[in-house]
Amino acid sequence: MSLSVTDDELNVLLHDIQEIYGYDFNEYAKASLKRRVSRLFVLDQFPSFAEFRFRVRADEAYFSRFIEQITVNFTEMFRDPPFYLALRKEVLPLLSTYPFIRIWHAGCSTGEEVYSMAILLRESNLLHKSILYATDINAKVVQQAAAGIFPITHMKQYSENYIQAGGLYDFSAYYTAGNNRVMLDPAFKKHMVFSTHNLAAESSFNEFQLIVCRNVLIYFDRELQAKVLQLFDDSLERLGFLALGSKESLRLSPTGNKFKQITQEKIWRKMT
Amino acid sequence: MEKNDLTGTGRCVVIGGSAGSLRALLEMIPMLRSSLPFPVIIVLHRKNDTRSGLQDLFATRTSLPVREAEDKDPLENGTLYLAPPDYHLLVEKDATIALDSSEKIRWSRPSIDVTFESVADVFGSGTMAILLSGANNDGAAGLKYVQDCGGITVVQDPDTAEIPVMPRSALEALRPDYLLAAAAIAGAINRF
Repeated sequence: MSLSVTDDELNVLLHDIQEIYGYDFNEYAKASLKRRVSRLFVLDQFPSFAEFRFRVRADEAYFSRFIEQITVNFTEMFRDPPFYLALRKEVLPLLSTYPFIRIWHAGCSTGEEVYSMAILLRESNLLHKSILYATDINAKVVQQAAAGIFPITHMKQYSENYIQAGGLYDFSAYYTAGNNRVMLDPAFKKHMVFSTHNLAAESSFNEFQLIVCRNVLIYFDRELQAKVLQLFDDSLERLGFLALGSKESLRLSPTGNKFKQITQEKIWRKMT
Repeated sequence: MEKNDLTGTGRCVVIGGSAGSLRALLEMIPMLRSSLPFPVIIVLHRKNDTRSGLQDLFATRTSLPVREAEDKDPLENGTLYLAPPDYHLLVEKDATIALDSSEKIRWSRPSIDVTFESVADVFGSGTMAILLSGANNDGAAGLKYVQDCGGITVVQDPDTAEIPVMPRSALEALRPDYLLAAAAIAGAINRF
C-alpha cells in the first residue's frame, strides 16, 4: 500500500475538496495526510487516481466517508493516566474556586476523554457547576460521542487507566453493560454540549477556563498550529488552562510565551 | 520515485526493531562515531509506558544526544531520535518530525513500515534503513519501499538475531544490500 498517491495527486485532490466542499486541508501536516489518503485509496480499491478523484468530486456521500477516514479518531478513556492525575491534583483544585466552569474539548473524536473529564469533575464534586463543550470536524464521531456508548472490550484497559489516574471508586459503577457495549451514566450528558466545529476555519464561540486539545495539533502544519493556538488564546480566560497531547508543545509557537507550563504533563496556564 | 528538495542533499539513518532488538542496539550504539553527519531515527515496538527509561539507557552508552521525538522537532545531524510509544513517526519534506496516533498497523504503533516509508519518501537514495531482531513481519514492506527509492537496506543476520522472525520476513520480501551482525551494522552506519 506504500504511499500510492503522489504529492502532486494529493495537492490536486486537496484543491478539489476546497473548491467543491469548502474544507481546507492544505495546512494539514502532509506526511500523515498523504499516508491516510493513500490508505483510503488502497482500502476502497480504486483502479486509478483519476477514478478516486472523480468519486471524491462527484459523490457527496463518498466525501463524508473521505472525511471520516482521513481524520484520525483513535482515542481512549483516561489516555495517558499521569496526565489525568495531574488534572485531578493540580488543575481541578484551582478551577473549584470559580462559580461556573466551562471546558472545551477541541477535537473530541468519539468522546472518551470528555467522559473521563466528567468522571474527574464528579469525583471532585465540581460537575454540578461545569459544562463540557465537545467539538470535532467529523460529524459522525460527534454523534457517537453524544450517544456515550462504547465497546465493552476496552473497559478493562480503561479501568486500569482510571485507577492509575487516581480513580477512587469502582470504574464499572459509571456504566451499564449490555450487547457487548456499555453506556456511560446518562446523567453526565446534562453537562455536555456536542457540536461540529472546524478548528482550521471557524472562530471562537465562548470563553473557557480549560481547553483540552490532545493529539489534534500533530495533524496540522506549523502555520495552522499557530492559528489554532491563537484561537485557543482568544478563547481562554486569563489564568485559564490549556492541555495538549503528550508529544505536543507550545515551544515553537508565537503564542507560547503567554503561557507557562505548570507540571511535567502537557498543561499550560495563560499568564497574561 | 518522486524527488523533492531534500533528496540527494540530505541523508538519514532509520533503525527498526522489535523483540530482541534492544541487545543489538546496546551493542551498536557505543560503537557509533561521536559525530555523525546525519540524524538517526530509532523505532522500537515497546510498551506504552510514558515514563520509560529507554532514552536514559541509550544516553549512558553514547556521547551523541538522544531525544525522545516530539511533534515538529527539526531533525538534526548527529542526534539519535527515539520514536515515542503509541505514535507513528513520520518525517515531513522540511526534515521535521510528524507524529500520528492513527490505528495500529500490523498490530504495531509505532509501525516500522510507516517510518521507513516516510523517511524514504523524503530522503530517497539518502536513506539507510536497518531492520533488527523481532517476532513479527513489520518492517519488510517498508524496507522494500526504501530499496525502490534507491536507499541502502540493511538486515540483521537472522543467525545473530535474538528473535530471527522479523529479519527472515524481510529476506523473503527483498535482497538487502547488507546482511550483518550488530557490531558490523554500527560500522556500516559510521561509513554511510
